[in-house]
Amino acid sequence: MTVDASAPPRRAVVPQPRGTIARQGSVFLSRHSRLRLSLLLSAPLFWLGLVYIAALAALLITALWTVDSFTGQISQTWTVDNIVAVLTGSLYQTVTLRTVGVALLVTIIDIVIALPIAFYMAKVASPRAQRLLVIAILMPLWASYLVKAYAWRSVLSQGGIFEWMMSPFGGHSPGYGLPATIITLSYLWLPYVILPIYAGLERVPDSLLEASADLGGGTWSTLRLVVLPMIWPAIIAGSIFSFSLSLGDYITVNIVGGANQMLGNLVYTNVGAANNLPLAAAIALIPILIIFAYLAAVRRTGALNNL
Amino acid sequence: MKRTPARRTSLTLTGVAILTTALLLTACGTSQGGGATEPTEAQTELGELEGSVSLLAWPGYVEDGSNDPEVDWVSAFEDETGCTVTSKTYGTSDEAFSLMKTGDYDVVAASGDASLRLVAAGDVAPVNTDLIPNYEGIFDFLKMQSWNSVDGVSYGIPHGYGANLLMYNTEVVTPAPTSWDVVFDKSSAYKGAVTAYDSPISIADAAVYLMTHQPELKIENPYALDETQLAASVQLLKDQRVNIGEYWSDYLKEVQAFETGDTVVGTTWQVIRDSLAEGTPAEVVLPDEGATGWSDTWMIAANAKSPNCAYAWLDYIASPEANAQATEYFGEAPSNAGACDFTVNPDHCESYHAGDAEYAAQIWYWSTPIAECLDGRTNVKCTDYSDWTTAWQEIKG
Repeated sequence: MTVDASAPPRRAVVPQPRGTIARQGSVFLSRHSRLRLSLLLSAPLFWLGLVYIAALAALLITALWTVDSFTGQISQTWTVDNIVAVLTGSLYQTVTLRTVGVALLVTIIDIVIALPIAFYMAKVASPRAQRLLVIAILMPLWASYLVKAYAWRSVLSQGGIFEWMMSPFGGHSPGYGLPATIITLSYLWLPYVILPIYAGLERVPDSLLEASADLGGGTWSTLRLVVLPMIWPAIIAGSIFSFSLSLGDYITVNIVGGANQMLGNLVYTNVGAANNLPLAAAIALIPILIIFAYLAAVRRTGALNNL
Repeated sequence: MKRTPARRTSLTLTGVAILTTALLLTACGTSQGGGATEPTEAQTELGELEGSVSLLAWPGYVEDGSNDPEVDWVSAFEDETGCTVTSKTYGTSDEAFSLMKTGDYDVVAASGDASLRLVAAGDVAPVNTDLIPNYEGIFDFLKMQSWNSVDGVSYGIPHGYGANLLMYNTEVVTPAPTSWDVVFDKSSAYKGAVTAYDSPISIADAAVYLMTHQPELKIENPYALDETQLAASVQLLKDQRVNIGEYWSDYLKEVQAFETGDTVVGTTWQVIRDSLAEGTPAEVVLPDEGATGWSDTWMIAANAKSPNCAYAWLDYIASPEANAQATEYFGEAPSNAGACDFTVNPDHCESYHAGDAEYAAQIWYWSTPIAECLDGRTNVKCTDYSDWTTAWQEIKG
């Protein structure tokens, strides 16, 4: 490193810091890093606490109240009746199983479809094609959720495009029902699964693939032993999106699900038609518990450590 | 990730934060609630107009031209009376019920599944019909009914009414049905293509059917069901559930399902039949057993801030011209006999059977099921709306 000798000596130009309050405060904060951090974080943390934690706490508390069926007022007597009803009622067990089944199937279908697409985007496509593909994946997100669900409704209807495509092979449209719900949800959440897996694959260095090939690893063993462990956290991240979004959905199943209902529908009817907020809150705790269990299971595999 | 002491502290802090918030919320919560019911008196004379009125109504009941410049019956009222109208629409009767609790509205247009609850909760006041000149023109069979009056005291002005009809695909469902049995006992012939309205109030549809087909149940009123009667209705609907293609609540959904042929038979409204694309092979019928239906009522809030403008609105909306515009736009029969001369479509009243007392007598208008039996039985306790809601969720499964 060389220093230009003709430059004036800097120290003389810089004015001496004056001992203003701002200056003192800044000195104080620079010496107390903990305080600086907590001041910086307090505003967003306050917001987070208000929006998420307070909302969750309110939900939990509401579940412990009851509603007067005649006046429609919530009466604040503490009771666990709602939670017991939700845990023991056969209706809620059936619907919970159905909802979890749908969410799992949607997640599996999405991962199976997303893996090859993401691999092609990250490792095979030219940079130009890569950009175009990312735009193509993001494009459906610009359209409204409702428009897409209604589009599937007409695709799957009698004499719709699906039936027209399948008829040469002797196939039929599945009609409105759980299969239609799974197809539609898989379509809706696919971008949310592709993007994290694509990002995960981008971080896998090509040199590792070459090294594996040099050491005699075939395509499948390279994918299984090198690529999969590295993108596992990304797959988990994608699965959290599709699983939790499917778990809470009630609009798609309303539009293409025929007469079936999922947990979201039970919450919706209890808030709307039945005006029974406490029971709705108790039902809403089911998906929360399931997601917590899912996250805990994922955490045990260690996938969250590398996120 | 390692668990450092700092992290443990933050976890503890979060825990404390949750607890504090919870306690705070509980503290806030306990101050509300209550709601004593005090019978309010009807107004005996009109005072000076207050200059504004706030309305709560179904979509399509209060149109001031902001949705469609052609559709406007509010401006004329504002010019005539000088009462500026602010309005809010609601989607379900329960939403209306909870919105009325805020006390922000002077007037509400309530269906029968909300009106009695509003009266019982003390949210609406009796209406002195002598102060409403246009009340005279209202069809007699709509006046002083169980959903708009209590113990001989009027609680509002009828707006319009309609029946929940049976719609069928004329190519698939032959011969033309005259009974609800095509959606109940004989529905297996149309497995997967039957539809029903997605609401607990649909249990009454099954009860109407059972009144004729299982007279031993002794159902007198489809909205007053004891445990046994409810169980029978629920069983009928559970058997029907196997053959249901989908339930509808959004009427555009049913329009589309009938146009594509995904649905061939089920409950409907006249306005849905009229919305079907030209050439759709579908017809509606009022089956022999009768049907459920709705009759909406304009009611005045118990603590209305502008009671005089509220009375002015009730009188205006009951007038033949305004009643014709509002009910034709919504797709229901008008309540005012004179309204038929003012509809844009000269056949409107005929297609909606307005004023046909015999037709209207076959309709069981929506009422809120309550524990005190609506049919006057005192030896049993009837099932209330929350029982119906639970039952409806179990029917859907």
